[in-house]
Amino acid sequence: MTTTTLAAAPAGRSPTAAALRRFRKHPAAVVSVLFIALVVLAAIFARPLSGHDPNAIDLLSARTGPSGDHLLGTDSTGRDVLSRLLFAGRISLGVGIASAVIAVVVGTLLGSIAGLLGGWVDGLVMRLADVFMSFPSLVVIVVVAGILGPSVLTMVIAIGLFQWPVCGRIVRGVTLSLREQEFVLASRATGAGPLWLMRKHIIPAALPPVSVVATLAVAQAIALEATLSFLGLGVQPPASSWGNMLTDAQSLTVIRSEPWLWLSPGIAVALTVLAVNFVGDGLRDAVDPRSAS
Amino acid sequence: MTEPLLQIKGLSVDFRTDDGVVHAVTDVSLAVQPGEIVAIVGESGSGKTVTAMSVLRLLPKAAEVSADAIAFRGTDLRTLSAARLRAIRGGPVGMIFQDPMTALNPVMTIGGQVAEAVLLHQRRPDRKAAWRRAVELLGLVGVPDPAERVKQYPHEFSGGMRQRAMIAMAIANDPDLIIADEPTTALDVTIQAQVLALLRKAQAETGAATILITHDLGVVAELADRVVVMYAGRVVESAGVRELFAVPRHPYTKGLLASLPRMDLDVDQLDPIPGNPPNMAAPPAGCPFHPRCPLARDRCRTELPPLLEIGVGRSSACHFHDELAVTA
Repeated sequence: MTTTTLAAAPAGRSPTAAALRRFRKHPAAVVSVLFIALVVLAAIFARPLSGHDPNAIDLLSARTGPSGDHLLGTDSTGRDVLSRLLFAGRISLGVGIASAVIAVVVGTLLGSIAGLLGGWVDGLVMRLADVFMSFPSLVVIVVVAGILGPSVLTMVIAIGLFQWPVCGRIVRGVTLSLREQEFVLASRATGAGPLWLMRKHIIPAALPPVSVVATLAVAQAIALEATLSFLGLGVQPPASSWGNMLTDAQSLTVIRSEPWLWLSPGIAVALTVLAVNFVGDGLRDAVDPRSAS
Repeated sequence: MTEPLLQIKGLSVDFRTDDGVVHAVTDVSLAVQPGEIVAIVGESGSGKTVTAMSVLRLLPKAAEVSADAIAFRGTDLRTLSAARLRAIRGGPVGMIFQDPMTALNPVMTIGGQVAEAVLLHQRRPDRKAAWRRAVELLGLVGVPDPAERVKQYPHEFSGGMRQRAMIAMAIANDPDLIIADEPTTALDVTIQAQVLALLRKAQAETGAATILITHDLGVVAELADRVVVMYAGRVVESAGVRELFAVPRHPYTKGLLASLPRMDLDVDQLDPIPGNPPNMAAPPAGCPFHPRCPLARDRCRTELPPLLEIGVGRSSACHFHDELAVTA
């Protein structure tokens, strides 16, 4: 998401181009972008890459280690681990991005409305944000998943709703400082209304810090999805996710004798979350030249 | 006399602050005829900007505005709906701000911002047409190579060029009234003359009436037809520009003129007005100018002089304006 906005920036002396230049000076972030691109491609081309149906049970070749036919081995019912891992990547990335999008959209809308209108609207939105931030999100999501029944959609919405306050506060802060700027007054003097100001002046100005928050939200959401699926409240079998692959591999014998079952999803989660966080750090320095070391 | 383009009657603006209520503007009346250039002159804090901003209701929410009338072409701007007011802002009434450094969005292209002024008033928004018009407008205000510079950001423009872009925004929709708030104050002296020439050209081409807010009497002499002098939130004198410069009928105006360097008179020393403008949260009793006035007597300390008509198109708010007419 953030990579596409950066790629769409026109070359030249625009602020976006300058940010892109600063971003390229971050080796970890650049490598991470490449890694994420690789993960995304692998998830998209999961089937041709793995060559196996992720749900095809083959009891005869159950619990075999990595081999030429099954590069990452098979699980207790003989399903191909590589194939399950790649398909799980679709879900994990999908959940991560979708819930971050929800968080950003809700946060940007509520934050800019609160900042622009002020008064009791501002108070209401900010108290709402406080409520969401002071709840232990995992517990609430567990309860919600328990009531509504576990599904990917509930999980996406629940994660997204718990992450909007971070974005909302940032957008509100940007709005408040912009509201006093003379160019906003000048824009109003040429006939701009609140919606126009939001679209043309406030949201573009909020975009850099929001893109950082969004990236970090993706990382959090991926980790949270893995946690929830591990607990059995997220993605339901037979569909695979990195979290529920770990669930399948949690017995002591598996941990000791069949490490390919938990190593691959574990590493996938860890590396992906790490890479997304690196990108977030790189973006933060890129959009705010003062923070660059 | 035709119906005035803009009519302000009895305008008062108060700000509630921690130090008490500040009377930024008190009982200001003002009429602008079509095509006329009216200068509002006064020191910082004399209420000239607040007066101008209240016309388009652009003051912050904290401002308490009351007026007997604020009418543009007979339309009451005090009660106009937000949507219809937005149609007037930037449409028939264009505004130029003091500081082109801060009045342009630093992360938006110049063209984007000029096109914004056009786009906001198109009946059917057409980005391409708005962009073409932006290029045309920039060329009109003397930005060289407008087709290229339209894509640049404000930091790539010099101060004078930015102010030209601001003027382009103000005249984008062929206004009938331009409100220029200290349009040359933030600029280098050499650039000031160019921008003044441009303002005059823009005014002449659009035929728009102009309210020129300034503390620079040189600018007034250059451009204005009529002058309104403000002090401590009140109009203290109003006259045609020639009459005002020839025979000021208020001691404050006289003081302003005396503090101005003149090429045509042989004076060794400039004559500044002693003292400072009053604290608007606690203005002095009587005439607000009396603590600094060379003519002040007992009557001035107790009795507020009303703004009275003292001739054709002339008024003064001084008890002793007659004496000034004689001495000058």
